[in-house]
Amino acid sequence: MRELAGSVWLLIKRVMTGAVVGVTISDRFECVATMHGGSMEPTLHSGGNEPFGYLKADLLYLDKMSLRNYTFSRGDVVVFRSPLEPKMWLVKRLIALPSDWVTVPGTYEILQVPKGHCWVEGDNAEVSFDSKSFGPIPLALLKGRVTNVIWPPSRFGHVENRLPEGRVLSQNRGTSTYS
Amino acid sequence: MMVAAWRALLREAWERSVVFTQFICFLNVFSNHVAEVHQCLGPSMLPTFNVSGDILLLEHLSSKFEKVRPGDVVMARSPVNPNLVVCKRVLGLEGDRVTVLPTSSRGHVKQVVVPKGHVWLQGDNAYNSTDSRHYGPVPYALIQGKVFYRIWPPEGWGPVLNRQP
Repeated sequence: MRELAGSVWLLIKRVMTGAVVGVTISDRFECVATMHGGSMEPTLHSGGNEPFGYLKADLLYLDKMSLRNYTFSRGDVVVFRSPLEPKMWLVKRLIALPSDWVTVPGTYEILQVPKGHCWVEGDNAEVSFDSKSFGPIPLALLKGRVTNVIWPPSRFGHVENRLPEGRVLSQNRGTSTYS
Repeated sequence: MMVAAWRALLREAWERSVVFTQFICFLNVFSNHVAEVHQCLGPSMLPTFNVSGDILLLEHLSSKFEKVRPGDVVMARSPVNPNLVVCKRVLGLEGDRVTVLPTSSRGHVKQVVVPKGHVWLQGDNAYNSTDSRHYGPVPYALIQGKVFYRIWPPEGWGPVLNRQP
């Protein structure tokens, strides 16, 4: 009986230590997340609304090293906390960085992304709830960059950095370039 | 002989580094998810906090479980500079109508309704604070934690109180 209690205690200690190390790694370095919703089709798939749909959803590999100094590039797929629902995490593509001018689709407007903010859009423009609806978001809401899809095996691979053409006018050190 | 002694030394060094790494990881998890020590600099929270920097205890549980209330002092990432953490008081949560003090003695008092998912932050030193009056309502998710205790300077040791505007 005492032996059983002793080995249960050892197991608990091992699990706790593993959990602490795991949380540290997932906060600072790399992390894994499941995809919900259709806003990033065809780049990322979610499982759909059936009961065990989440088993078929894409499993995403996130890189958190870029959070160090918030060094994200235009065209990265990023994960961030929703500005309207603090508990929700969204995944979209980062289109424009601070001081860029971005065209708002569906209108003839061009707006400048304010300091410290960024413009995010989903690849599936029709169903995507993104900066077109809630405007530019503070960079501080970003929580990681999606670098790979690691499940299901048929979709295993790198998530490309891709910027839609003709949407962003960026000014780098005094020179302006259309991308 | 020599080899055995080296082996024992290496083994002990390895075991100690494992324990050390586990301890560092524990500190990391604790300070990111439970409570941490942070310094608050600048004049924007006078007279509550000093200009030269008070050392404060910050707890992350209130913001995680959405228990932040108007009148609490919080630390949040600045919406205009993601590398900066600012220390301000929450004037209102989403849906609240807040009375906003002017930024200078010549301004007017305004009423603002805080949009969904955001909070309104204002420094206690209304005339010398860059806060929501300059950068607008701040998304709730930017709040890092609630300041609940001051531990430096020694004469300022004590709880940081919720103060309704």
